[in-house]
Order: sequence, then structure tokens, then C-alpha cells
Amino acid sequence: MITELGHFALILALFVAIVQSTVPLIGAARRHVGWMSVGRSCALVGFALTALAMLSLMHAYVTSDFTVINVVENSHTDKPLLYQITGVWGNHEGSMLLWVFMLSLCAAAVALFSNNLPPALRARVLAVQGMIAVGFLLFILLTSNPFLRTFPPPPNGNGLNPVLQDPGLAFHPPFLYLGYVGFSVAFAFAVAALIEGRVDAAWARWVRPWTLASWCALTIGIAMGSWWAYYTLGWGGWWFWDPVENASFMPWLVGTALIHSSIVVEKRDTLKSWTILLAIITFSLSLVGTFLVRSGVLTSVHAFATDPQRGTFILLLLVVAIGGSLTLYAIRAPALKGGGVFAPISREGALVLNNVLLSCGCATVFLGTLYPLFLDAMGGPKLSVGFPFFNRTFAPMMVPMIIAVGIGPMLAWKRGDILGALQRLWVAYIATGIVLLIAFYVTRGGPVLAVLGFGLSAWLFAAVLTELAERLRLFRVPLRDSGRRAVHLPRAAYGMTLAHLGLAVSVAGFSASAFDKEAIEILKPGGSLDIAGYHLTLEHMDRLPGPNYTADDASIQVMRDGKVITTMHPQRRFFPLQKETTSETAIRTNLLADLYVALGDTDNAGSWTVRVYWKPLVPWIWMGAVIMALGGMVSLSDRRWRVGVASRAGRRMPQAIPAAGE
Amino acid sequence: MKRLFYLLPLAAFLVVAGYFMISLRAGPDVHELPSAMLNKPAPEFDLASLSGGEKLDLDALKGHPFIVNFFASWCVPCRIEHPVLMRLSQQNHLPLYGIAYKDRPEDTKKLLDKYGDPFRLVGLDQSGNVGLNFGVYGVPETYVIDATGRIRRRFVGPLTAETVNKELLPLLKQLDKS
Repeated sequence: MITELGHFALILALFVAIVQSTVPLIGAARRHVGWMSVGRSCALVGFALTALAMLSLMHAYVTSDFTVINVVENSHTDKPLLYQITGVWGNHEGSMLLWVFMLSLCAAAVALFSNNLPPALRARVLAVQGMIAVGFLLFILLTSNPFLRTFPPPPNGNGLNPVLQDPGLAFHPPFLYLGYVGFSVAFAFAVAALIEGRVDAAWARWVRPWTLASWCALTIGIAMGSWWAYYTLGWGGWWFWDPVENASFMPWLVGTALIHSSIVVEKRDTLKSWTILLAIITFSLSLVGTFLVRSGVLTSVHAFATDPQRGTFILLLLVVAIGGSLTLYAIRAPALKGGGVFAPISREGALVLNNVLLSCGCATVFLGTLYPLFLDAMGGPKLSVGFPFFNRTFAPMMVPMIIAVGIGPMLAWKRGDILGALQRLWVAYIATGIVLLIAFYVTRGGPVLAVLGFGLSAWLFAAVLTELAERLRLFRVPLRDSGRRAVHLPRAAYGMTLAHLGLAVSVAGFSASAFDKEAIEILKPGGSLDIAGYHLTLEHMDRLPGPNYTADDASIQVMRDGKVITTMHPQRRFFPLQKETTSETAIRTNLLADLYVALGDTDNAGSWTVRVYWKPLVPWIWMGAVIMALGGMVSLSDRRWRVGVASRAGRRMPQAIPAAGE
Repeated sequence: MKRLFYLLPLAAFLVVAGYFMISLRAGPDVHELPSAMLNKPAPEFDLASLSGGEKLDLDALKGHPFIVNFFASWCVPCRIEHPVLMRLSQQNHLPLYGIAYKDRPEDTKKLLDKYGDPFRLVGLDQSGNVGLNFGVYGVPETYVIDATGRIRRRFVGPLTAETVNKELLPLLKQLDKS
């Protein structure tokens, strides 16, 4: 009964979305206020309906309703409650429902928080979002319906893929999708602007918070996925340039470019058609990512159910959405007037450089990901592109980028003084020099690239802090004046500082992976091994029962300098239902390095393969990502304040406005 | 002229979409792509080996059925497959030969030192020519070759314990008998 309610709600949502995508558009063209305001009610009703659908599927999972095929295929009564709930999106149908739910959430947010938007623009934005919703709702209802029933019901379900029964992965898809789908708002704004033929600073100010919010969610989502891969796959890697990972990384790269270029539109009223194009491409890449994952045209370590019919449908969606918006772009964009020329050495010039480098980086990842597919389609030799390609092409492109991140914010708008900026960065040179020397000394004969990476990280760190000190005029004016400046500095400035610091932290984490140490030994209980000053002893093996698995649990005592630090418990879990074994690694971190223990196979004679890694600075990779996302959120809080800025500005002007806004 | 410039993104997208269409038609699952080389003589190879001694030579291997595994140190699925290969060589004592596909010998050596070496002999295919002759789609791929040097089975992607038990071992048993 509740399942049917969800099913009907979803069908109803489709019809509401059809109304949402047409009526407001006609209303906007005819300047009919009543028709325009339909968009808002539709968005809210659509959200309520998809939420109802989502909840009823969750209900079916939690109550283990095995008359629903989707529940039979992906759940089991023995499964812990948390995974019964998150199992809703652990499969194709459910994850598409989550996609649509997020989409309707975004549309409802636009409807609620856009009172200051011109009604015509708001109507058009909501209409474009309605169109996207129509496409995906049709996709779910026609090819991937999670509400289909089966009778008679089987006694129990097939269970969820054991690898997915993990807290890290349980919350990875919602963040990732919020990021993907959030970019649909920027896309809708871009298409609406193309329809209107007008892009101005106000437009950029409306788009920016939405882009920032999705970017934060995507950052967190990617970091979670990478962290999950790190502790689950059992050999300590954290990024594999796997097609599915790349599919989420590409929108992130272009989304980052979009955040920066929309600043230029806002401040300098130029770079408009480029920003529009970026907004279209960011969401297009999210769609392409969905296509690649769901159609199975690229083989990947991420196993998802694939189906050619679904692939064809998504491809059709791509052609309509991307092809349509790019056609509109080709027709309308030439008419967008730029605000005038600008000097290459200026804040906006630096932001253009950022955009060029990020876009090229994204193009590289795109080519590397799809090259095997292109070549195969041409009937050419079959080959695959792996780590070496990305390390040799993508990494070198990011080096100038990171150097530029240090200098760019020091430049003024319109005409920057690069010599002055370079002089003011003297602290950064010294810091970089010292770190380079230390790194070089410590790693004599070690990998040159890692030393370079540390240098880059130090450079970025010092440069970002120098920039902040410059803004506060630290040590130039009395400390109290600096303090007052710190209070009045816009949140966006702090956001930028935080985000760039996060990048520096992550870069240090990436670079340090060159100094990993690893040891692999076949141990009997009582046996031991040494790594990086730690002495590990396999004390005993136990067989422990889990809720839906049995675990071989190793007790490994860790000693350093003759003192016992801790006992670690890596496990191998056997899921009898799926006849699959997963490896549960044990990680001990002190935030400067991880000690990572994975349990391998047994020879069935009492010996176990034990793999141990010592990974310096590896937690910094994800800490950096979290700091970046935090920076985005801080900047976002500034924007919300700015919603009412026009009315407040008259009352209270900050006495000292820092040289530049962002 | 300026208008043409704005058409570029659309044109680029249409090209990409065309490729997507072709690859969708080709079938979504490469695992099911039969090898054009099936039941045909394996392409000749005579590769320098990792150990530096005896070469990995097809003619020398004939006479008994054997398995050739294409792998590389830079390949993620290969690492996933590795424990399966280790078990094959340790428990089943199968004639397993490796071909390091487009890999630097020092990297290959590092990999095998770290994770164990399941291969009787590893040939170095740095140019990728042997892989090309076999029609390797991507690493890892595994070929079962019979005593006369014909390819009898191709496994695309990592071998799993299940495919080994259900397909690889029965096939070898059958080849051994005949």
C-alpha cells in the first residue's frame, strides 16, 4: 500500500514536472505573472511528491517488504538497520530516485530562497529544472522503477553487496549527488540567461551561492569516496584514476573554474559567455558521469548493474539536455556583450589563467578516461590508459596552477602590480626554500617530484597567509587596527583563504605518498614484522560472529621503542549469503602518519598474509578536502548576508574596505 | 566567423555523443566480447624475461597447456587479481606465465617483490606489440593456450576465485586429458 503510494507520487511528480517545465516558460515570454508563479508551486509540490516516493521506498526497505523486487534484490532481514536504510541508494534504481530527490530539493530551494530574483528569471530557471526532472523521472519510471512488485514473495532477499556495507560508502552517494545535481541550478540559471539574452553582475551574484554549495558537497563526496577506497580496498591507494572516479572529478574541476570565473562576471562584468559555457559544461559532465557509470560503456572496478536500454535512454537525455543547451549557446552567446578589455596582469587575468589551467586539466582527464572508448569505436587497436598517463599529463599542469594560486589573490583588480606582489611574497620564498632544503636533505636520493610537491605546498601555505596578513596590514599598522580589519574583512575573503590553505594541506598529503613504506609477511600467531620504527606482533587469530558475516579477526600488538602503543584488529569478513570476502583494514593515525594493517589470505595451515603500510601525511589529503569545503561554506555564509546588503549598506559602511573584495 | 567559434562546444559534444552511440551498440560488456583469436594459433612471441635469463618463447612453451596473464604495475584491477594468481601458482601449481604489458621492468620487479611472484617466467612487452597481436583490450587479461599453441579461452578483466573454479580449472583439466 505504502509502496503504491510512493509509486503514484512519483508518477504524479512527473506530471507536475511537465507543468513546471512549460507553463512558467510561456508565462515569462508573455509577461503573465500568474503563469510565472506556477513554477514556484510546482517546484514545492514536486519536492513533496519525490520526498514521499523516497520515504515509501525507505519504508519498504526497513520493513523488509519482499514483495518489492528492488528490496528482494538488495536487502536481507539480517542486514543492520543502517544498511537497510542506506541500501535504498546502494543500487541502480534507488540511486536514481535519490538523484531525482536531490534535484527536486534543489528546485524547491530555488523556489523558496529566490524572492529577490526578477520573476521572469525565476520562472525560467524553475522551468529548466522542471525539464531536467521530466527527463529523469521518465528514465526512472520507464527503465528503472524501484517500486515494481513480485508475487509470491521470496522468503528472504539477496542482500547488499558486502563491499557497500560500510559507513563511509553509505553517505558517499548523497553528497556526491547533491554536488552533481546542485550544478543543475547553475545550469538552469545559464540556460535562463541565454533565453533572456542578459547576463550581468546581479546574475553572477545569484548563481554563485548555488555553485559554491554544490561544489562543497561534491568536494566532500569525492573525499569520502577516496577515503573509502583507501581503507576498504586493502592496499592503501587513495586515488586510482578509475573511470568512475574521473567522472566525479571532472565536474569538480570545471565547477572550481566556474566558482572563480563567476567572480569576474560579478566584479568586472566581463567573461560572460565563458562563464555561461562553464555552467553548462559543469552540469553536462555530471550527466556524462551518470551515463558512463550507468551504461557500462567503460569497464571499471565499480561494479554496477548495467543495461544497454538504460544506456540508450541516458544517451538520449544527454543529447537533449547538453545538445539543446549548447545549441542555445551557439545562437545566443555571440550577442552577450562583454564589459570591456582588461590587462593580463590583474586579478581577473589571474582568474582567467586559473580557468585555462583547470579546463585543460579537465580536458586531459576527459581524454584519458574516454580514449580507450574512442579508439575502440574507431576499430583501432584496443588499449588502456592507466596511472602513467595521468601522472605525466595532469600533474605537470597543476604545478603552474598551484604557483599561480599563491600570486593571484595578491593582484589588484583592473591593473595588478606583479613586481610588487612578488616582492611582498618574500616570506613565501623563504618558507619554500627552507622546506625544499629540509625535504631534499631528508630524502637524499629520494623522488625529486615529492620534494617539489612539498615545496609547492609550503609556497602555497606561506603565500596564502601572506595575502591574509597583507589584507589585515599586519605588523604595518597597530595590532588593534589589524584586529578591526580582521573583524570587517568579508567572510568570502576568509573562505578563499581557508579553501586555498586546504589545497596546500592536500598537496602535502599527495606528495608524501612517495615516502610510503610497506611490508608484507606471512605470519603465524607469535610472528612479527618491523616497519618504520614500529614492531608488530600477530598475537592471535579469532573467529568472531557478525550480524550477517563471520570475521577472522587478527590481534596485532603494536610496539614502538619497546612500549606497547595499541592493539590493532584487521579482519577478513566472509558473507555467506553472497559468498564474498571483504577485508576490513585497521588504521591507526596520529594525523601525521597512518599505520595501516590489512589481513590477507590464509594458507589454511595457521599462517596469514599480513600487509602493513606506513603512510606519512596521508590523512592530510582528506583533511585538506574538508578544509576546502569549509572554506566554501564560510564564503557561502557571506553571500547569504549579502542578500540584504542593499538595504543595510546605507546604515553601516565598514570604515576600511580592503583593497579587493574576494 | 565569430559565430562559428560559438558552435565549437556543440560540435565537440556531438562528436563525443557519436562515439557513445557506437560503443553502446558494440555491447555494454566487454567480458562477453569473444576473442577473434579463439581457437587460432597464439601469435608468436619471444620476449626478454624479467629475470634476465631464459627468454619467454612461445615455441618453448608448447607441448603442455599453459596460461598467459597480461598485467602491469600501474593497473588497479591487476592488484585485485593478484592474490588469485598467487593461489593458482601456490596451490594448484599451474603453468602460469606473465607478460608485463607496457611496464617498466623495475616497476614490474617492485610489484612482484612486494606482492609475491606467481609466474614461472615473466616476459617484458614494453612496446605493447605482443599485447597488440593478442588483441588485449586492457590489462589484466588471461589466455589459456593448449599444447599445440592454440588459444582456447580468453578472460578479460581480473580473474576471480569463482571463474577460476568454475571455468579455468575445469578447462585445464580437460586440456590435460586430451
